[in-house]
Amino acid sequence: MTEHEVLRAENIAKGFGSVTALRDVSLRLEKGEVLGLIGDNGAGKSTLIKTITGFHRPDEGRLLLDGEETVLKSVSHAQSLGIQTVYQDLALVDDLSVYHNMFLNAEIVRKPFPFLNGRAMKEKTRQYLADIGVKIPSIDTEVAMLSGGQRQAIAVARAVYSDAKILLMDEPLAAMGAKEGAMILDLVQRLKDEGNVSIILIAHNYAHVFEVCDRVNVLQHGRITYDKNTGDTSVEELTELMVSEYRKARAGGEEE
Amino acid sequence: MAQTPPKNESQVETQKQSFGSRMVGTLLRRQEASIFVVAIILLVYFQASNAAFLSQGNLRNLGQFIAATAIIAVGLVMVMVLGEIDLSVGQTFAFAPIVMWIAYEQLLLVLPLAVIVGLLATAAIGLVNGTIRVYFGVPSFVVTLGMFFLLSGVNVTLVGGFPKTAPEASAIKSALGAYPYSGIIWCVVIVAFMHILLNHTRWGIHTFATGGNFTGARESGIKVDKIRVWNFALCSTLAGFAGILEAMRIDSIDPLAGGANTMFLAISAAVIGGTPLAGGVGTILGAFIGTLVLSVLQNGFTLQGVSAFTFNIILGVAVLVVMVLSVYIGRIRKGRKVT
Repeated sequence: MTEHEVLRAENIAKGFGSVTALRDVSLRLEKGEVLGLIGDNGAGKSTLIKTITGFHRPDEGRLLLDGEETVLKSVSHAQSLGIQTVYQDLALVDDLSVYHNMFLNAEIVRKPFPFLNGRAMKEKTRQYLADIGVKIPSIDTEVAMLSGGQRQAIAVARAVYSDAKILLMDEPLAAMGAKEGAMILDLVQRLKDEGNVSIILIAHNYAHVFEVCDRVNVLQHGRITYDKNTGDTSVEELTELMVSEYRKARAGGEEE
Repeated sequence: MAQTPPKNESQVETQKQSFGSRMVGTLLRRQEASIFVVAIILLVYFQASNAAFLSQGNLRNLGQFIAATAIIAVGLVMVMVLGEIDLSVGQTFAFAPIVMWIAYEQLLLVLPLAVIVGLLATAAIGLVNGTIRVYFGVPSFVVTLGMFFLLSGVNVTLVGGFPKTAPEASAIKSALGAYPYSGIIWCVVIVAFMHILLNHTRWGIHTFATGGNFTGARESGIKVDKIRVWNFALCSTLAGFAGILEAMRIDSIDPLAGGANTMFLAISAAVIGGTPLAGGVGTILGAFIGTLVLSVLQNGFTLQGVSAFTFNIILGVAVLVVMVLSVYIGRIRKGRKVT
């Protein structure tokens, strides 16, 4: 707790009509930390991410950035505060080229003119992709033509290379093969070593969580139910936790 | 070792194939390119069959015909890239000169100011269309259909049912359509401006993004509501400007100008040029060339004495063929959803 807290969520609640996605979520994220967030499908992980990124407005609770209470008015507002997101759906536009997607809503223009600087965007896109180690045949191709892993790499690169202070990654490895997945994990490790960015990483693969995360939180039924340093827990313990919850629910269902 | 040569051969073959398919792919993808070829063929054909086709007089006619439709069509492209439609453009086309006429004749404003008032009124129409679409969630087809009827009534009411004469001759009137070539000059300038806007500015990229992946665009922080509302305004304003040019040219403020025919012609031009209604895809130059093709067809047939009904048949077939092709192309392109 002596460390610098970049993000703190207190008692966040969010519902959609009759569906309650988040009941009462409190979490904290320290500078340079990688926080793993796990939970069942429908536990509210994506809703939580979208609340922190300004996409959803929470019904209750508050967000503190660097200790200051902040109401995020929009995604672009959150972006201006240094919050960048890799969404589960990747937020790529199929009909646009790789480099247009890489700089979506962060386009480089030829100041003082409002015209896009295609060359600068292409150059940087090439550099970013090379940095990660992902090969894409041509950055002029539309992203519709690319494989799931390549698309995901673009979404990750876009968020990582945008001077983020807080990086939210919603299953950044979902569509990736082993090799591409390792690339992204290496990238996260590198960011962690540099220590400038704090990351919340949603993952289904607990091995990944233990590979790069400092701490792990479990989100169940719209609440954070578990918060431990990865050093103090294990894959077995987490698996047991998740499975026992399922068994309990099943047993409970049978009794009723 | 013995297996090496055939392997090489097959490699060469796949290379050849990929080169060939790339060529085909480029042709298929650049829909402007294929429609441009059609335009050239038509020009050659009509010139060959009637020497008067490329005479100065006929080119002037052609230019006047193209100008108004193309200006409306490029405005529509902005809305169609969003996956929306504006059916009220034909009525907005007549509305602008009427408002201008009221500002000029009844409020006694100077002509430039009256023109601006007319354009602002049409921008307001677009803002209403866009606002109802975006903030009330009514499909744009329905919103602009309502606006279509509303404006056609308003237009006739405002001028008491009779056409009015346009403002008397002046340099400004000449510049705004009365000079025979001013329409086509405006058209070229507007097409160039809109092409740059759509392809080389953040606004354009955000328009593509909003039409191509609405949720993704929102997630990326693009102000999708602003993009949609103001593109409706832009579309209406351009239609209004086309209406003012046309009114100055024919020297009459006609409440029955434009209408459904103008609107459908402009939509057809945009579609044939390579802007399907599905959203996310569109081309300004294509809409211009699409207008060129339709205008050349209509003009060429008129010169040959072919009836307007034949033109409509050809227009209908062209729209259908183009749409079938574009869906088919979408299907053969990998990873693309076809709806």
